[in-house]
Amino acid sequence: MEPVEIGLWGVPLAILGGAIRVSTPFIFVSLGECLTERSGRINLGLEGTLVFGAISGYAVAYETGNPFLGVLAAALAGACFGLLHGWICKFKGVNDIAVGIAMMLFGMGLAFFFGKPYIQPQAPDLPAIPFGWWSDTPQVQAALQVNILFILGAILAVAMAWMFKSTRVGLTVRVVGDSTDAARAMGINPNSVRLLSTAAGGALAGIGGAYLSLYYPGSWTEGVSSGQGLMAIALVIFARWNPINCFWAALLFGGTGALGPALQSVGISEGYYLFFAAPYVLTLILLIMTSSPDRAMQGAPLELSLTK
Amino acid sequence: MSITFPQKATGSPVAAQLVARIALRAEAVLIPVGALLAGFVAFSLFLLFLGKSPVEFFALVWKGGFSSAFSWQNTLSRVAPLVLAALCVALPARLGLVVIGGEGAIVLGGLAAAVTGTLVVGLPSAMGMVLMAVAAMCLGGLWIGAIGALRIKRGVNETIASLLMAYIAIALLNHFVEGPFRDPASLNKPSTAPIETALQVGDMPFVAAHWGVLAGIVACLLCWVLIERTTIGFAARIAGDNVRAAQIQGLPVSKLVIGFTALGGACAGLGGYFEVAAVHGSANASLIAGYGYTGILVAFLARHNPLVIIPVAVLLAGFEASGGLIQRRMDLPDATVLVFEGMVFIIILLSEALYGRLRIFNPGLRGAS
Repeated sequence: MEPVEIGLWGVPLAILGGAIRVSTPFIFVSLGECLTERSGRINLGLEGTLVFGAISGYAVAYETGNPFLGVLAAALAGACFGLLHGWICKFKGVNDIAVGIAMMLFGMGLAFFFGKPYIQPQAPDLPAIPFGWWSDTPQVQAALQVNILFILGAILAVAMAWMFKSTRVGLTVRVVGDSTDAARAMGINPNSVRLLSTAAGGALAGIGGAYLSLYYPGSWTEGVSSGQGLMAIALVIFARWNPINCFWAALLFGGTGALGPALQSVGISEGYYLFFAAPYVLTLILLIMTSSPDRAMQGAPLELSLTK
Repeated sequence: MSITFPQKATGSPVAAQLVARIALRAEAVLIPVGALLAGFVAFSLFLLFLGKSPVEFFALVWKGGFSSAFSWQNTLSRVAPLVLAALCVALPARLGLVVIGGEGAIVLGGLAAAVTGTLVVGLPSAMGMVLMAVAAMCLGGLWIGAIGALRIKRGVNETIASLLMAYIAIALLNHFVEGPFRDPASLNKPSTAPIETALQVGDMPFVAAHWGVLAGIVACLLCWVLIERTTIGFAARIAGDNVRAAQIQGLPVSKLVIGFTALGGACAGLGGYFEVAAVHGSANASLIAGYGYTGILVAFLARHNPLVIIPVAVLLAGFEASGGLIQRRMDLPDATVLVFEGMVFIIILLSEALYGRLRIFNPGLRGAS
């Protein structure tokens, strides 16, 4: 099909399409981190989990020919990273922020180590649903190609919000996150809850990674993630630890990330690298705006070392 | 041994104190060394699992990093940026801050040095070199100091902010190197104009390494004096242990945080200066070499002690220098050293749980907790 000339309208359209495409890993990583942080622990290593999820998903999808098995493998790998993080942080005197940094470097190292043979071969992509079937404009159709994982992420955000609000599991996580002592008094083992929350959070981050390598950009390279895992963690603070807010914030971040490519697609390439930095600058600005000097952040789990 | 210590100790109080002090010192040395050895063992198991020989691996590290004048040159050329990047982690860490964006200060320091190098052409070369180094340190100091200021004034998490700033710094480098400051002669690899020969930093006499290594060692010594032997350092250590107590004592916590982060950034910026002036000759993507990240590991392994940073940096530089040899001889990917570093990092953090818990180092400890 011939691209129709739609001029500068292409920019908002490309940003919308980009927001949907780029935001999916943000959704999964931020929901994962949201769960982990609501249990009172911070996992800064999700960038490493994301990259390792990307390679394990890509490798399994390539070897089996089934992208969904790839997503499953990425979730399992992410859960393993989460379990390791949670197990290490259980010990007294261990700094969970520093462990996150170590896990980030370790995850990336392992991913690059095992990913070398997979740089060339092409794995099958995850399918997308063409929501743009009603339009004749190819740009609209391209923008509304929505991947299944995006829809799953949206459902997950609602489900997690409901879980925190009205289920026993959600209440348990919240109690552990707000007061270790209260949880102990209720007969809950805080370490087990945090371990499981970190593992589940890692699994979600792994799925986000599988999306990167199996749909957009859709191949495995060592630069498959450029700080998305980290930005998603900052995004959780901005979203005030609320899963629904995480979803909207992820869309916003996705749109910002699509700004550079969108402008380039209509021929504006001046300052391309500066537009490339837009998501990081936005994250930083939001982080500055949403932090408070008296350290009592609204909505923050009280046991979180990030805010203490 | 663990049984005899307390009995001897009850004999005289002076002896007991001495034993306790020696035990504490031994704890501070033996736990990190033990963790490093455990990291070697874990990595050996990883290699065995893959059907590779750990003996061959460590032999190649020795050969590629430490065995000849050539390999020492390769190692030492990495020591300067590593030591300076580690200081960028260690100085804020004494105040309880985890700053991990040294890569950004290195990259921007290198850019500042290269751009200044094109501006100081008419001046005497010594003055030009000093100006280049000062520009690099100022920009690096501003970059990381801003993170300290955001932390203390706005409560922004310094770990996330510093890493975001590192990504922004890399984007800025790419923008300036491909745009305003690009040397039209650099075709395949966009770079700034190469600095003049007179402004380049040469090798030290008798040692096959550039002057940046000496500068890094001097910086470590100065930082150690600052932390351990001055009132400023004393105040910083108090603030690092307990911010509220320091504030109640009237210590200038804000100034300390901004000063220490800025100083750390200046060190990393100086590392970027030497990368440009002594290694690459201009600013380009080669500045993004990951020294900022390996520097984090160096600082944590050295437990943020500037004097210990030097040997730890030499050790890790040797591992990184032998990466190419390992890749060729053992048919392992170049990320092998990254895996090794990640394992050592995790184990060293795990070992933090052991302080004050082993009976052998803490004769007073009764029963398991």
